[in-house]
Amino acid sequence: MIFLTVGTQLPFDRLTRAVDAWAAANPSATVFGQIAQPDASGYRPKNFETCAFLEPAEVERRFQTADAVIGHAGMGTIITALTHAKPLLIMPRRAHLSEQRNDHQFGTAGRFGDKPGVSVIHEEHEAKDAIDRLWTRARTSGDPDAGPAISPVAEARLTKALRTFIWNDA
Amino acid sequence: MTNKVDQPRVLAVASGGGHFVQLRRMRTAWAGCEVHYVTTSDGYRAEIAAEETDGVRPELHVVPDANRWQKLRLLRQLLAIAWVVLRVRPDVIVSTGAAPGYFAIRLGRLIGARTAWIDSIANTETLSLAGQRAGKHADLFLTQWEHLSVEDGDGPRFEGSVL
Repeated sequence: MIFLTVGTQLPFDRLTRAVDAWAAANPSATVFGQIAQPDASGYRPKNFETCAFLEPAEVERRFQTADAVIGHAGMGTIITALTHAKPLLIMPRRAHLSEQRNDHQFGTAGRFGDKPGVSVIHEEHEAKDAIDRLWTRARTSGDPDAGPAISPVAEARLTKALRTFIWNDA
Repeated sequence: MTNKVDQPRVLAVASGGGHFVQLRRMRTAWAGCEVHYVTTSDGYRAEIAAEETDGVRPELHVVPDANRWQKLRLLRQLLAIAWVVLRVRPDVIVSTGAAPGYFAIRLGRLIGARTAWIDSIANTETLSLAGQRAGKHADLFLTQWEHLSVEDGDGPRFEGSVL
């Protein structure tokens, strides 16, 4: 199963449409999409099941059971995919397309796109090949591009600095 | 009975989604403290209840969600956070963003709480807008990117990241 997630703030038609086109061409693959609330003219996929939002526990379950994840370049998506060591394809939302208020996802994609198991696309036309590769990797055991699951908690340096601050024993 | 007098009371604040995921990754920093989480979704209740240490379960306070264009909802969020801050009377406030954390830090200073802002790791090229505003009111101001750290003055320091 491929889990598509675009976060809770806004729909992301460019990505949702690209995944729908891929799903149409790959009927044997199961896709489930959390696509936020499309507005009246918003894109509604025809080739896979969707929902607008998921509760946090359900998001966690979808990540756990997915073979691969496709998402916007939000940190919740990236961190959760890395925590579960799932192959991840991200597309950053862009401000000039009114997909986000600013371009921070573009920066995020640049910084996290080279992590093991993570790939990035910027344009809809790149999606077909990228999802093909993602799907192949998802079904390959011992995927050479996969990284180990990251720790469920922050770097020790950060928690130590915070702990010192909280207990006021600098 | 354990010595509750010396145990800091921590208010850990973040909007739902990526900010809250990052906040939760720092939870070992406040293990053993009296912990109150503040977020915008009730859906985290089970996850928070499971974070029990020494028989003490953190509390979850849910406040209205709002983005920075929704002025009325922001006002409702501010009032809800003010209510939580006044009731909990935290010793320390920690936030990763965005608006709820900014409000909590500004209000926390009024009651004498010590405050920490850890700017979201999503902000790779510049600090978040909320961080630019909240940072100068926080006692501890951190960025998760070394290239955004400022070693002197009012800028953020780098002390590692949530990853």
